[in-house]
Amino acid sequence: MGDGFPILSVLVFLPLAGAVLIALLPGERVSWTAPLFRRVPGDAQTRAKWAALAVAVTTFVIALVLFVLLDRNDSGFQFTDEFLWVKAEDVGFDISYALGVDGLSMPLVLLTGLLTAVAVLVSWRVDLRPKEYFAWLLVLESAVLGVFMATDLIFFFLFWELELVPMFFLISVWGSGRASYSALKFVLFTFTGSAFMIVGFLVMGVAAGTFDMRLIQESALTAAVLPVPVIFAFVFLAFAVKLPVVPLHTWLPDAHTDAPTAVSVLLAGVLLKMGGYGILRLLFTLMPDTAGDADVALAIVGTVSIVYGAIITMRQTDLKRLVAYSSVSHMGFVLLGVSALGVVGMTGAAMQLVTHGLITGLLFVVVGMVYDRTHTREIGAMRGLMHHLPLLGAAMVFAGLAGMGLPALAGFVAEITVFLGAFGRHEPQTLVALVGVLLAAGYLLWALQRSFFGPRDDRWAHLEDIRYWWEVTAVGSLVALIVLLGVYPSVVMDVLEMGVEPIAEGIAAVHPDVRDSAGISLALGGGGP
Amino acid sequence: MLGDVNLLGPELVLMVVGGFLLVAEVFVHDRRVLVATAAAAVLGAIAYSAVLLVDGKAGRDAFDGVLVLDRFALFFQFLLGGIALAVIGASWETLARFPSRQGEYLALLLLSTAGLMLLAGTRDLIGIFVALELTALSQYVLVGLHKDRLSSEAGLKYLLLGAIASAVLLYGMAILLGLSGSTNLNAIAAYVAGSDSGVFEALVLSVVFFVVGFGFKAAVTPFQMWVPDVYQGGPTPIAAYLSVGSKAAAFAILIRVFVEAFGDDILSSHWSTIFAVLAALSMFLGNVLALRQSDIKRMLAYSSIAHAGTILIGLAAVTADGSASLGPGGILFYLAGYSVTNLTAFLVVIAFYNRIGSYQIDDYRGIGRRAPLLGALLAFSLLSLIGLPLTAGFFGKLYLFDAAIKSDLAWLAVVGVVNSVISAAYYLRPIKAMFVDESPDPGALPDRWAPDLPLGLTLAATTAGILVIGVSPSLLIDVADEAVSAIFV
Repeated sequence: MGDGFPILSVLVFLPLAGAVLIALLPGERVSWTAPLFRRVPGDAQTRAKWAALAVAVTTFVIALVLFVLLDRNDSGFQFTDEFLWVKAEDVGFDISYALGVDGLSMPLVLLTGLLTAVAVLVSWRVDLRPKEYFAWLLVLESAVLGVFMATDLIFFFLFWELELVPMFFLISVWGSGRASYSALKFVLFTFTGSAFMIVGFLVMGVAAGTFDMRLIQESALTAAVLPVPVIFAFVFLAFAVKLPVVPLHTWLPDAHTDAPTAVSVLLAGVLLKMGGYGILRLLFTLMPDTAGDADVALAIVGTVSIVYGAIITMRQTDLKRLVAYSSVSHMGFVLLGVSALGVVGMTGAAMQLVTHGLITGLLFVVVGMVYDRTHTREIGAMRGLMHHLPLLGAAMVFAGLAGMGLPALAGFVAEITVFLGAFGRHEPQTLVALVGVLLAAGYLLWALQRSFFGPRDDRWAHLEDIRYWWEVTAVGSLVALIVLLGVYPSVVMDVLEMGVEPIAEGIAAVHPDVRDSAGISLALGGGGP
Repeated sequence: MLGDVNLLGPELVLMVVGGFLLVAEVFVHDRRVLVATAAAAVLGAIAYSAVLLVDGKAGRDAFDGVLVLDRFALFFQFLLGGIALAVIGASWETLARFPSRQGEYLALLLLSTAGLMLLAGTRDLIGIFVALELTALSQYVLVGLHKDRLSSEAGLKYLLLGAIASAVLLYGMAILLGLSGSTNLNAIAAYVAGSDSGVFEALVLSVVFFVVGFGFKAAVTPFQMWVPDVYQGGPTPIAAYLSVGSKAAAFAILIRVFVEAFGDDILSSHWSTIFAVLAALSMFLGNVLALRQSDIKRMLAYSSIAHAGTILIGLAAVTADGSASLGPGGILFYLAGYSVTNLTAFLVVIAFYNRIGSYQIDDYRGIGRRAPLLGALLAFSLLSLIGLPLTAGFFGKLYLFDAAIKSDLAWLAVVGVVNSVISAAYYLRPIKAMFVDESPDPGALPDRWAPDLPLGLTLAATTAGILVIGVSPSLLIDVADEAVSAIFV
């Protein structure tokens, strides 16, 4: 056990405990708990959603407090909580229950807490098997939080896999269209990636004699049964599927299109981030030498994702699918940023993880609200919405502008930092990637113009604008944060920079050329006013 | 001599009570009495094993090495005893379908279990063959006990193919006996170590025959043809029994023969390769064919072939220097985890069949809404078969893949994980049917789902097993490690 109160364990297991509580609320099949809840007003759905909201908000508040308390001068893992979980010295694998947060993971933990609360809010009207639905949402939160906080490879893998179970049910039961197909496709793609990842982990663990990610050194891996680049490739495959990277992205549009709104928010907002986080936390930290050698390949793959993703986004006629494909393009920036190997590029990549979570989260929230009202996602079929739904339209326009990287909004800061970091090292790729930014402006503006603007259409006259408190809270909190991070990014960026600094130092130690070309650590505090 | 008999106690208890049940069946028709007697016999055998263990008898030989009671044998006595108990618990409502043959069923189950225990606890070729035939003959009858077309066909198929496998095995034994002049594995090991290269081909031939004979029992490709038909045609509790009990004992004797008799360095590098190839074949064939099944018993049959392949990884990994016992240790661990997992799956399948009278996965649609707990248990066991974390299956696979990597067989670990992915595609189908799909005719689903008491208790125990091994595997890892270290001396 680490010293002090195991706050991270509380954080990870609080949503899970909430899920169990919700499952035990009296309902169709559970009657024996009914006497306990006689004084609690409301039906099963009301109780489930309020319980879920209470748990999600509490989790978020704990994460926020930790974010504030995080020591800004300590780049190691903080609030650590660990003990030996599986003791098997004789057969040679000891697995630890090990949690910790640092500058890189803390903002992502906070993002997970926020987006889960938003996801609960946008699910306020879910009435199909509500108890199960909210329980699975919270299980998903626990799994994602665990991924961001685990510091033992096998423990990390455990959460990485556990996330599949709630996602399978959330998409296939509460989804639309070909929901079961999409859910299975999502699970099989992710599972394929993680299957190779576990082989990579085992090979690393066997060679290094530990699964503790703080203790594994690349120098120890040279004795492994597989060459280090192969291990790198195996583990990268899992993250590349998750991020996703073209051509492993085909699960994403299906899963997004068929998932319910809240699940799309979490999928784009935090699940994709597990890929980017994993690249920084595991590949770049544990195998800095190989990561440095792979930089050009990573930059090219990232650029291809950016441009191909943007081009294919332009061809979409389904608004939700359009947002989904735009994620492929935006996640390419993460890869481009990390391939710069310096503090600036990596900070930009990490920032892109956070800002894309907020912006795409907002886009999916708004698209979900539009669909709930118009029952269509065809871009061409929703002309003139702006006249009848000014607030929703404004939110959509705001999200679109943020998505294309308008200055003073969060996306701009992340993308410009990525470019600053990458330009020195990968000039041609960065120039090509700039095309992706132009294309993003193109497809988002074009989509906005065809959907929200245009002549007044009386078909929409009866529709309600954003008016319920849960809608206002969900949209308002995301808008506020996108603005905040746009004008004062250092509140998050300083923390992220602290998190990536040791990673960049590790790479610079084995690749002395990096510092020269990528520039010495930029004073990112100056990113704000 | 009397001390020798003492060491045979657990098997004797089963055989005596089994014989008694065969006679008693004529007079006693009360199902409760018969089942309680059989269960008591198994509990008695387990208790006997426990007494022998506590008494410090572990490590003793008896009858000139025909019987050996080391920790390895004791591990399997407990495992097989637990499996037999679970199968008896699963059989309560199944027994009602052949009221006149209840005693016969239970008696054969006990005799077969005694045979399997003997198989894990013998160091002699004759002992192996006698134990194998004792269990096999009981099982042929058990499989055909329904006496309908499918069941009889399955029984006959099992008998014919089993006879061929036994014959091949005998051939292998004859070669060994002819070469070494002994039926004792230790004596054979000494002969193998000192043999000149002139007899090497004969030894390899004998190795191959042993692989065929035991591979049949363990349901390894390409000796798996009987599995789907036998699982589908035979009584379902017996299918469960074959999938875990026979498999466990077959791997026990595989480990003992190959480590103790054929453990020689040069020879083992040969059979290690054979096992690696068979492992990959079994995994691919089992999983790919399972993809197309619509009957859950046939699906589980192919899945058991795939798992036999996974377990073989442990034998392929046996030759690594320094950590030689890791692979077999992984096999023991995996067998325990697979047993509780597969039993759980079969128990729920039986519980469902007792209510809806079908093994079709399509008929499971909407069940999860009606019987959420049973459905959740089946889902949990299927996730464990995939190998998701926090289940017994996860650590089992982790252990075996770890052993493969330590033996420089990373490619086999990759084959293993790729197969886990393939298997997820079919293991998820019953889960989807139960919890995602709606029943096409909800009115046709019964209102009462609760299983009978013996099955319910057994299910609770096996589920707890999956969870305990999945959350806290350390104890079982130690026990398995200790058990295999008994044969690596």
